Amino acid sequence: MKITGAEIFVKSLLEEDVDKIFGYPGGAVIPIYDVLYDEQNIEHILTRHEQGAVHAADGYARSTGKPGVCIATSGPGATNLVTGLATAYMDSIPIVAITGQVPTNMLGTDAFQEADTTGITLPITKHNYLVQDVEDLARIIKEAFHIATTGRPGPVLIDLPKDIQIEEAEFDYPDKVDLPGYKPHYSGHYKQIELATQKIEEAEKPVIYAGGGVIASGAAEELRELAYKAQIPVTTSLMGLGSFPESDELSLGMPGMHGTEYANYALSEADLLIAIGTRFDDRVTGKLDTFVPEAEIVHIDIDPAEVSKRVVVDVPIVGDVKQVLSKLNPMVEDMVDQKRHDDWMDKIRTWKQESVLNQDFPEGILTPGEVISQICELTNGEALITTEVGQNQMWAAQYYQYSKPRSFMSSGGLGTMGYGFPAALGVQAGNLEETVFCIAGDGSFQMNLQELATAVSCELPVNIAILNNHYLGMVRQWQGLFYEKRYSATCLRKRKSCPDDCCEPGEDCPEMTPDFVKLAESFGALGIRVTKPEEIKPALEKAIASPKPVVLDFIIVEEENVFPMVPAGGAIDNMILGEDN
Amino acid sequence: MRHTVSILVANRSGVLVRVASLFSRRGYNIESLSVGTTDDPDVSRITVVVEGDEGIVEQVTKQLNKLVDIYKVSNISDDPSIDRNLALIKVKASLNNRSEIMQIVDVFRGKVVDVASESLVIEITGDEEKISAIEELLRPFGILEMVRTGKIAMVRGDK
Repeated sequence: MKITGAEIFVKSLLEEDVDKIFGYPGGAVIPIYDVLYDEQNIEHILTRHEQGAVHAADGYARSTGKPGVCIATSGPGATNLVTGLATAYMDSIPIVAITGQVPTNMLGTDAFQEADTTGITLPITKHNYLVQDVEDLARIIKEAFHIATTGRPGPVLIDLPKDIQIEEAEFDYPDKVDLPGYKPHYSGHYKQIELATQKIEEAEKPVIYAGGGVIASGAAEELRELAYKAQIPVTTSLMGLGSFPESDELSLGMPGMHGTEYANYALSEADLLIAIGTRFDDRVTGKLDTFVPEAEIVHIDIDPAEVSKRVVVDVPIVGDVKQVLSKLNPMVEDMVDQKRHDDWMDKIRTWKQESVLNQDFPEGILTPGEVISQICELTNGEALITTEVGQNQMWAAQYYQYSKPRSFMSSGGLGTMGYGFPAALGVQAGNLEETVFCIAGDGSFQMNLQELATAVSCELPVNIAILNNHYLGMVRQWQGLFYEKRYSATCLRKRKSCPDDCCEPGEDCPEMTPDFVKLAESFGALGIRVTKPEEIKPALEKAIASPKPVVLDFIIVEEENVFPMVPAGGAIDNMILGEDN
Repeated sequence: MRHTVSILVANRSGVLVRVASLFSRRGYNIESLSVGTTDDPDVSRITVVVEGDEGIVEQVTKQLNKLVDIYKVSNISDDPSIDRNLALIKVKASLNNRSEIMQIVDVFRGKVVDVASESLVIEITGDEEKISAIEELLRPFGILEMVRTGKIAMVRGDK
């Protein structure tokens, strides 16, 4: 029996076990929404902006490991997905995005709500399709899910003209794909793995640098096994947070620009770097010439194009992290009872004790570190955390102790402000029983705050912790440190009538706008303002217990900066540790 | 250094732009490009000539390899290979110097494919040097128009 393209689309989603999709209707996707109206097995979550839909699909994917699915209409609907697709592409997150398109006979005629969606999204998707024949639709959807979720994952977009949604074809969902140009390497070369084993045995001061690939591959257990067995300390990139428990003695936290001193010192002294599922981002390496100056490098990654892209490596192993580690681990000598790395670990222990991150919080003032530490304590480090981008993101990375994979969702590569809150909705939708926190700044929350309506209407009880310093804090931090406190366009309280040369907050500053508590209430969410350290805990307890979405407005010290900090382009062992440094 | 990259791709719309965009993203100008089908009608070959740093071109070829519509990428700059360009050159020719021009064309094993009262059109195939050489020799007569294809190339031997 023949069915319409729109029906084929929905049936294909069911074949792929999709039970939640995030989207926003429009003229060019009405046939799909008409089919969804009767479909009981797929929950459609209506966001208030297409960007919210794609970030929510991304958060869903990161937290569950399943592909996130989003829908938008043609033209502006599709262009509103762009930021979210680029975000997912940079961080290798599996998303299948479906956009409506004008009918095939109108393509290229500047029709109403027409945009060249495949052209626009070409460099920010792993692959994309323009469907030109309803007979191809099922195959294309099968391929899209396959490409998005295998190899190095990433977003795939299907542009579906409206006439194809209406035309009919037999539905025959293929069991497998035939893609001669797409063959990811999974196994890793045996000789290279053997060579890596040898390097590990010879090393005196080894460090593991683990990234998002460990999480994508589901290899946290294998990573832990390698670290324990060979007694190697582990630093995790922003994308790798959660792949190794931070409470462990072998954990070095995050490296790089706002990484821990001990991770950066350890990298700078290491004689062997084992980079796993990571891409040597410039925020990690700092100045390339001085990155791991003493170390030989083993690099395990599924993407051959990452090998020696920024840092020339000695032992590249192209393969799936889990598969490679499963082969490597049994070959590695058990060093648990040997005291081979004792001196190295002692040195690291000393660095840890001296860290600025391990100092007590000052009394009587509300600091972002204390807020996040208390969220961590109250949730036993087991909440699912999303972040916005900027200072809030770095504090969330520094002060929450991540204990498991898929518990930290943040826009790492693209650095997308406005990501964290809609992503939290996707995280909550995929994990209804879990406590979800979005750590936000007052700036970035405002980029997608319309999604409060989605949170309330879809009954997604996320907690948004705004670290409100009335500034675009990260840029203000750079202006403070490198631009003589010329706070150009970073004060969010600034009125037209304020003095031009204002360079710090004072008694006479105008009120913050908006009032986040009233804003939350206007959406039907709960708003709580916190101004003193002793109010943190009761506020958090109230928020966690609330069945409603909660906006926590933490009025933190205004000019708090993120430390340690490696100035852009500097060597990572040369850090600014505080205001006086 | 100048690189010749030979790419086997799926013969479908949008593939060329995927290939070109990986070069343009690096700020590289494609010097010459040719696209045509192979013995398999579903497969096309793209030959790209690009000037650039060795490491970056290697990086680009790795990224090309990742594209779903691309089957095989080889940088054949260092392989022994045959490469050919085709050029059509319209040159000013009067009764007085027509035979002189035709002699030059003969030496280069070219062909005169059109004769008019004031001009000739010459067809010439060969590698880049050969085409540049005849172009220089014909220039004094007055080149009215010239069109050159991109380079096509094939590795020698059984490979």
